[in-house]
Amino acid sequence: MQAVMEAIIYVADDPVKAEQFKEVFPEEGLDEIEEALKNLVDSFNARPGGMMIREVAGGYRMTTRPEHHERIRAYLKTRPNAKLSMAALETLAVIAYKQPVTLAEVLAIRGKKSSTALQTLLERKLVAILGRKQVVGRPILYGTSREFLIHFGLRNLSDLPTLEEFAQMAGEQL
Amino acid sequence: METGEDLNQDFQPSSESSGITIHLDAFQGPLDLLLHLIKKEEIDIWNIPIAHITEQYLEYLQTMKDLNINLAGEWLMMAATLIYIKSRMLVPQEQSAEAQPEEEDPRTELVYQLLEHQKFKNAAEMLYTREEVENAIWNKPPADVLEEGQDVVAVTLFDLLRAFHEVVQRFEAQRVMEVAQEEVTIEQKIVDIRTLFLVHDKILFSSFFSEARSKRHLIVIFLALLELVRLHEVWLYQKKAFEEIQICKVKETA
Repeated sequence: MQAVMEAIIYVADDPVKAEQFKEVFPEEGLDEIEEALKNLVDSFNARPGGMMIREVAGGYRMTTRPEHHERIRAYLKTRPNAKLSMAALETLAVIAYKQPVTLAEVLAIRGKKSSTALQTLLERKLVAILGRKQVVGRPILYGTSREFLIHFGLRNLSDLPTLEEFAQMAGEQL
Repeated sequence: METGEDLNQDFQPSSESSGITIHLDAFQGPLDLLLHLIKKEEIDIWNIPIAHITEQYLEYLQTMKDLNINLAGEWLMMAATLIYIKSRMLVPQEQSAEAQPEEEDPRTELVYQLLEHQKFKNAAEMLYTREEVENAIWNKPPADVLEEGQDVVAVTLFDLLRAFHEVVQRFEAQRVMEVAQEEVTIEQKIVDIRTLFLVHDKILFSSFFSEARSKRHLIVIFLALLELVRLHEVWLYQKKAFEEIQICKVKETA
């Protein structure tokens, strides 16, 4: 079963979830599948190869190991991807921690208009519209997407450090 | 009327006057400037010398205006807030001093705003670092990695129709003699295109039709192509909208 799982993680375009393996192994219980996955990840990552299996956005995906990035880039002849601007990252941070959140609430925290940054985030599918707030004007509520988790290599939202940690840092910085 | 215009000129420096208008607020806002000043002067955030900071803030604002930087409304809002706090701190509090000894410091709200802002700046830093790390990691290269570092635009049906229309027009303009109508079927054409892609990785959409000798032939090629797109054997892209359409073989998943 582990060998098949490894192969499936390899061919998949998106992180593969335990439930998806359940479809492949209908005779197995979810517990057995999760157990096998854990063993696979442990043994795969224990070998000092060029690849690793990571848990991202609630699923598993096979990636290269970061320590090889320079040689890989030299081979691919690529430049790093376009990074997000600081304005976009700040806006994204507010949305990630305060979601569901309206644009006005983002403005209050950042002290400046954030519509351009938000536009970028929506285009890159890092942020999604969650609905509308049931107040006057029914403003749009924003939250982070699954793509956000993948982009930042997070298993889930609770993988993020807590806001208190950043508050403490802020207290020390000022 | 005239004075009104002058005032406008003051707040929105016209780009004609000095050539360039810089949009600073795309990067930083008034809270960032205040945090910068506080850090630079090693000021205790719980005891901000508001008169001094206000003066510095307004100086920066003036410099930015001199540099023709387009200042959004929030910069003036913050200036107004600072001046308001400063004025409240100047008001003698004797009469209320005994009645309400714990009257709130007019700076408190601003301090919390600054701390909150710094907090999210730190969170943004964390995201920045994570993105940096993720950029050093590759998954299976997506099928659409074509030419290094180039973004491509998916081709819409309308682009395709326009491109095909151009091909037909070009064909009609240089109408070669219609040799005896050979019957080409879509199935046959699909086989032909597959053979072509055994050798080539990508082919320019327009060059695809060069061998066609009749309008019917053109249409058969076009339909064969659409069928291959439907079967996910080839895909169409352009480097920019309205640019030449390229046809690219979908690489088999390695």
